[in-house]
Amino acid sequence: MSDNRLFELRQLTIRFGSHIAVDSLDLHVDRGETVAVVGESGSGKSVSALGALGLLPTGTDIEGERRFDGRDLGKLPPRQWNALRGGRIGFIFQEPMTSLNPLHNVGRQLGETLRLHQGLRGEAAKRRIRELLTQVKLPRVDELMTAWPHQLSGGQRQRVMIAMAIANDPQLLIADEPTTALDVTVQQEILALLDDLRDRYGMGLLLISHDLNLVRRHADRVVVMRHGECVETGATTAVFETPQVAYTRQLIDAVPAGRPPPVAGNAAMLLSASDVSIVFPRPKPFLRPRPSAFVAVEPLSLQLRQGETLGVVGESGSGKTTLASALIRLLPASGEIHFAGQRLDLLGGDALRRQRRGFQIVFQDPYGSLSPRMPVADIISEGLRFHHPELDQTIVAERITEALREVDLPPDCGHRYPHEFSGGQRQRIAIARALILKPKLLVLDEPTSALDRTVQKQLIELLRNVQAKHGLSYLFISHDLAVVRAMAHRILVLKEGKVVEQGQCEALLEAPQSAYTRALIDASSLT
Amino acid sequence: MTSSHRRRLSPITQRRLQVFRGNRRAVWSLWIFGLLFIVSLGAELVANDKPIVMQYDGHWYVPLLVDYPETEFGGFLPTTADYRDPVVHDQIADNGWMLWPPVPFSYQTLDRGVRGPVPSPPGSRHWLGTDDQGRDVFARVLYGFRLSVAFALALTVGSIFLGVVIGGVQGYFGGKIDLVGQRLIEIWSGLPMLFLLIILASLVEPNIWWLLGIMLLFSWLGLVDIVRAEFLRARNLEYVRAARAMGLPSRLIMRRHVLPNAMVATLTFIPFLFTGAITTLTALDFLGFGLPPGSPSLGELVAQGKNNLQAPWLGVTAFITLSVMLSLLVFIGEGLRDAFDPRHILTANQVKRPLSSGSHTPAESPRQGSLP
Repeated sequence: MSDNRLFELRQLTIRFGSHIAVDSLDLHVDRGETVAVVGESGSGKSVSALGALGLLPTGTDIEGERRFDGRDLGKLPPRQWNALRGGRIGFIFQEPMTSLNPLHNVGRQLGETLRLHQGLRGEAAKRRIRELLTQVKLPRVDELMTAWPHQLSGGQRQRVMIAMAIANDPQLLIADEPTTALDVTVQQEILALLDDLRDRYGMGLLLISHDLNLVRRHADRVVVMRHGECVETGATTAVFETPQVAYTRQLIDAVPAGRPPPVAGNAAMLLSASDVSIVFPRPKPFLRPRPSAFVAVEPLSLQLRQGETLGVVGESGSGKTTLASALIRLLPASGEIHFAGQRLDLLGGDALRRQRRGFQIVFQDPYGSLSPRMPVADIISEGLRFHHPELDQTIVAERITEALREVDLPPDCGHRYPHEFSGGQRQRIAIARALILKPKLLVLDEPTSALDRTVQKQLIELLRNVQAKHGLSYLFISHDLAVVRAMAHRILVLKEGKVVEQGQCEALLEAPQSAYTRALIDASSLT
Repeated sequence: MTSSHRRRLSPITQRRLQVFRGNRRAVWSLWIFGLLFIVSLGAELVANDKPIVMQYDGHWYVPLLVDYPETEFGGFLPTTADYRDPVVHDQIADNGWMLWPPVPFSYQTLDRGVRGPVPSPPGSRHWLGTDDQGRDVFARVLYGFRLSVAFALALTVGSIFLGVVIGGVQGYFGGKIDLVGQRLIEIWSGLPMLFLLIILASLVEPNIWWLLGIMLLFSWLGLVDIVRAEFLRARNLEYVRAARAMGLPSRLIMRRHVLPNAMVATLTFIPFLFTGAITTLTALDFLGFGLPPGSPSLGELVAQGKNNLQAPWLGVTAFITLSVMLSLLVFIGEGLRDAFDPRHILTANQVKRPLSSGSHTPAESPRQGSLP
């Protein structure tokens, strides 16, 4: 074993009861090296890292040899574990919203780690905190020390998390999907920071990610996992250029490709909105004048023809979802909305409800958008049974089967409950629920961003087929330009509620007019 | 929704049933309480001052269900026959037979055949003794138990209906409706229920319906907060928004998508509503503002126990009856609460029994585990 070897797992097996989560995994990280563990969700990436460091709940069965800096972790007493975790091994978790304590300010949270592991107090601790915050390239360090977590953006929070992780000069940094919850443009900055810190302090970096794009740019070696087993491992370039296993090939190829079906030249105008703006009033403070209202979307106009897809892109908080909700009258808005020759914004009550079958929406979170207490057949047919009470049981059953077949789900799965399906399948159920009403417009609110790349690719193909078959129009919301390019005819770029740019998809992506669009394009690394 | 879908229990329900069954104390309590309630439902067959069936002069009579005049059995008065009257009793015994319930006293039968002063101690004639008017304590407890449980049941059902509807409307629509509703509820809950009942007692003869009505005016208040919070949370869930986008009207969305979520919190609240209703009724009877005099009431028994300390069987009986009834209800309530708690971990002996099919272990899909 070379002296350089920092962290090593041999034949690591983790069991939850009878279920094997990780099966004989071999993995090692050297000093100053980035090793990436990639795989789809459920492949055991996170579990293996957490399990190796004893962070899984009691009752899990862990076998195999685990070594850190020459010491056998399997024989470590609990007290030394605590010194190791957060001291010599730093962690960065996926969700920066929940990994900071909302009741402590930034300085205090950082100070706590320093006090526990290094015994630093008072001025010494403050100096070190300032130094750390500067290292993670946060602006206005002195103000930040007294800031509360909710005052920071997602990217800033993740930087604070990184500062906490490196506070005690760890030799190994484990980053579990460190950028998944962040905007694409911020992702790049965070990873550049991690690279920089690794080089500066000679740390080992274990990067757990499902994003191959990211891994390709930042990792030295890659471990590809599937169903808890390592299927391939090697230097990043070798794995990406000449993958040895079909599964790796499949992962690499799972990039959204192709173009949407062309729009007929004489296609009728389906949706046109002019000067639509959405404003949320702020609550009035006691005895003080009401503050000016929050403008979520500034007046904008857009058109969508039959069979066309309009991609709405932008970072989180840019007003994409708000705009879509307002267009289908789920949120109040001002301005005119014409849908299929009718003034949608003037309708209300029953008249609006009857129109609703013409436009449907598919949400981002496949876990939250299906009622957990209803079987799939009921979920899909609910709208149909309400809008067409005259249909009898057999026709409804036929339509359910038809809808399930359309989204490539087995027709006999109607009696099962949502939790029995994977994320991709649930999203298909949500699409079937929308399609059964035979709408003309489908609003797709980040339908693919919670899914693995391979599943994402299948879903995009499905959506394109449905569009070609029925001449549907899509309003496609996404932050991921790679997906948008595969789906949209035209693109509308939003930033802080304002339209930055709009135009034909290809033209816009090839020659972006604004720096913001360019940053989005760079971040999603279109090839 | 086709019937075949309905018959299948959802996996969440199955898991809850399993957790409840695993709590042996709750299961036993449920059985015992159910048995007691069923027996008390047939109280007329257990303790009554009329025979169940009888034969007289070759004719069949069912005094339990039909009132026969005394003249039918050779008496003089055209009033309903008193089968405990020695004259009538002997007359019937000579010309036929009677089948008496095991306890030949009803809750308001004054036993004139008691030897010694009343309240008389327990014995073979009166299993739990008599109260200070010579009425059989066992019969009174039996009827009183039934009345308390029935009263609590009616009050609980009524409170749940009102609480869910009012809380649901406030939570689902939010905004101004919620604001105004909450303020009205705050004012309403400031009204003193006990004073209203006392004032009522001086205006009308309070019967069980008056009591039920007045208590119903206030008992739903506790439920509103819970239901409202659940509806507030659920109205922004994606599947609720999806239903709204589908054009479903609010009442359907509330009933089909939001209510099932809110029912969990409501069901956990039921045992406490139930015990609360029983104790309130008992307390009112004890103070004398409750049911009309002569009604079989546990509170009145407690009051008699207090007034007749020389007859401890009164107080002891009331105490044991109330404590057993309330303890059983609390145990059932605990079992229910655990069954509906998604974070409740199955204990070792529950895990040993096979989970539904074993194909969905929590380890395999952590997100699914956190869903319910």
